[in-house]
Amino acid sequence: MLKRLTLLAAAAAFAMTAGAAQAFPDKPVNYIIPFNAGGESDISARLQQPYFKKITGEDLIIQYQAGAGGAQAWSVLNDQPGDGYTIMGTNLPHIILQPLLQNPGYKTEDLTNIYMFHFTPDALLVRADSEFKTVQDVIDASKENPGALTVGGVATNTANHIAHQRFADLTGAEMTYIPYTGTGATIPGLLGGEVELLWGYTTVAAGQGDKVRMLAVAQDERHPLFPDVPTFKELGIDMVGGAYRGIAVPKSTPEEVRQQLSDIIGKINADPEFIKEMEDAGFAMLNVPYSEMDAFMAERQKVYEDTARKLGSLQ
Amino acid sequence: MAFDIGSVLAQAISPFNLLLALLGVVLGTVIGALPGLSATMAIAVLVPFTFAMDPASGLIMLGAIYTGAIYGGAYAAILVNTPGTPSAIATTFDGFPMAKRGDGDLAMTLATLASVIGGVIGAIALMTLSPLLANIALAFQSSEYFWLAILGLTLIASLSTGNVLKGLIGGAFGLILSMIGVAVVGGDVRMTFGISGLLGGIDIVSALIGLYCIPVLIDMVARPDRHLEPAPLGRGFRFFEALGHCATNAFNLFRSSVIGTVVGILPGAGGSIASLVSYSEARRASRHPERFGTGEPGGLLATESANNATVGGGFIPTLVLGIPGTPPDAVILGALLVQGIRTGPELFTQQSGIVYIFMLGLLIATVMMLPVGLLIGRYAYRFIVNTPKALLVPLIAFMTVVGSFAIHSNPHDVLVMVSMGALGWLLSLAGFGPSPIVLGLVLGQIAEQGFMRAYMIGGARGNFGGQLLFDRPISWAIFALIVITLGLPLFRNLRQRKTKGKEAHP
Repeated sequence: MLKRLTLLAAAAAFAMTAGAAQAFPDKPVNYIIPFNAGGESDISARLQQPYFKKITGEDLIIQYQAGAGGAQAWSVLNDQPGDGYTIMGTNLPHIILQPLLQNPGYKTEDLTNIYMFHFTPDALLVRADSEFKTVQDVIDASKENPGALTVGGVATNTANHIAHQRFADLTGAEMTYIPYTGTGATIPGLLGGEVELLWGYTTVAAGQGDKVRMLAVAQDERHPLFPDVPTFKELGIDMVGGAYRGIAVPKSTPEEVRQQLSDIIGKINADPEFIKEMEDAGFAMLNVPYSEMDAFMAERQKVYEDTARKLGSLQ
Repeated sequence: MAFDIGSVLAQAISPFNLLLALLGVVLGTVIGALPGLSATMAIAVLVPFTFAMDPASGLIMLGAIYTGAIYGGAYAAILVNTPGTPSAIATTFDGFPMAKRGDGDLAMTLATLASVIGGVIGAIALMTLSPLLANIALAFQSSEYFWLAILGLTLIASLSTGNVLKGLIGGAFGLILSMIGVAVVGGDVRMTFGISGLLGGIDIVSALIGLYCIPVLIDMVARPDRHLEPAPLGRGFRFFEALGHCATNAFNLFRSSVIGTVVGILPGAGGSIASLVSYSEARRASRHPERFGTGEPGGLLATESANNATVGGGFIPTLVLGIPGTPPDAVILGALLVQGIRTGPELFTQQSGIVYIFMLGLLIATVMMLPVGLLIGRYAYRFIVNTPKALLVPLIAFMTVVGSFAIHSNPHDVLVMVSMGALGWLLSLAGFGPSPIVLGLVLGQIAEQGFMRAYMIGGARGNFGGQLLFDRPISWAIFALIVITLGLPLFRNLRQRKTKGKEAHP
């Protein structure tokens, strides 16, 4: 009798813990985007939204807390309740470069990333009617007349600026980098002829269609949307990278919940329909779950530190 | 073209879409009237709802909210001297003096009429000339933005007649404020005093609320007289009187709407420059420039028609080039992308007329602003006039805090708002107005970045002068306008002094 009771109790306890594990999330999850609506972080979050609902049955509520290039939101992430119902978008290289170069009110290791789910690969773009047909044309022209070619990009010490410096290091091509306020502002600069080239992303090319031409993309393999555009790797230039986007939770979030969230985001990332929508918009998929995060961040940290040092931004 | 006009018309004026347009305009007007709650925010909040709708209906609703919010910005500007959005800065110049002297009802009706006229002209330009006009977005480059910002700054001189020195000091102070934070060009951290919250710079909207609204609030408490002179009963909307002003200002309205449309097309400019430049032009062309700033209907008509014309103008590069003309356009562009609609010239020929349904919807929403605006405006005016100060002051003070918090849901912006308010009040005691400071803050970044890019590109090509001015015809034109704006008052003064020595000058 007693034995049966214990068994029953054990079974009930098991069912309860299993139930608790199943139950997360049992109410809507707040997803804070540290940028304004309409940017790549917002668009990719909005694409995730319906799949989150499909998998968990709960809503994913997107909020914006823009300011200081994301730093305003990241610096208060750990003040949020760590119950798994508040998650925040994180961006690389921002969360590594900001603490390295300024004092943004948070440190890279303060942010507990649980998944990196995609990136927008760096791409070198020209106008459709440009004389530059290949990356080699650009390298040749810039060696002939160092610094005379202008290449636009978003602001200073950013993914675009890093790409510009990496390219210069690897090829010896010397160009003048012209910073603009945002991706939106770079496009008229290129199309209107103010700059000859643009450091942008595959998403820019996807949005501009046949008005621009990509010379190469910084991916391991060619982007499915642009099968004719070579990767830098194919051309012998070891450049893979761009702007990475992931999700972080407050530090106080229990390990178990971190893992559950990581699994949910992983499931969304595996949905073929989601992958198609993301790739059609120009994004490139990436799968760095919670368990592999430390290694990934360490590798990126090293790349960005080295490049920032070469940019002269970091002594 | 591959669409049928009849079906487009039928869809755009379907009862459901008309209802959405009406709802959007009402919602937008109310949101725009509350300082700090912006069109961008309203659209961002409502975007998810539109995903459940058919794309055309969703777009019509977003467009209606947008145009309503830009119009609603005039309310706070006229009634409380607080521009809720940068677009409404210039509306305070003449709108508030009008309300102060008891013509608030007329000012509200004028703002409504001007917004509808500007909005309709912008929308018509969007419908008829989009692919052509989109090229303007590409013709304006860094050097043009630099000169455009300088043209906006010249307004400081005309705004501060009588005390140009104080105006210039205020403008310089605003320019210094605009430098706070991480520089876009160069990446250096400037004047943050180790406060990480200042890395992003001074938020323009929280500075606007602080600099304009707090001194008004303190003034309301410190003085025994009424906030606004009440209008005599039974005057109605003063609609025909307002129409009369519109008739005498017909050319002013047209010019301001065209300026608004063109500036709206420029991705780096926005509603603030549109209304400032059209105000400056209206003042220059007027036979009574000295009346501007004291409650001149022409000034109000110029700014309100210009800022609503930027709505239609801003959609032109958004839809044709995929380059958002204004921040709310960026949100709408993102919503389009999520719905799988590709922008570009093809949008105007294929896509089965969805773009035309949207543009027609925007036009209808703009026209709806007339009855909606007249009605809401009347209540807003009566409310502000009739509510006792003891109620009004805490209510507005509460709104300033909520509004500045809502910008980025961040308490930091509230602190900025309050500090700017204290500063604005102290400066107003010393005779410094808020407008030159705000002009410096808003235009400083545009000017600095435009100049720096032209400098760097000119340096790379070994031709700085050409890059900045000499090889750029549009820059010449703007430069000429700057010279005229600065030189004309001097010239007039000189001539007046020569011919009539007897007339005293203010």
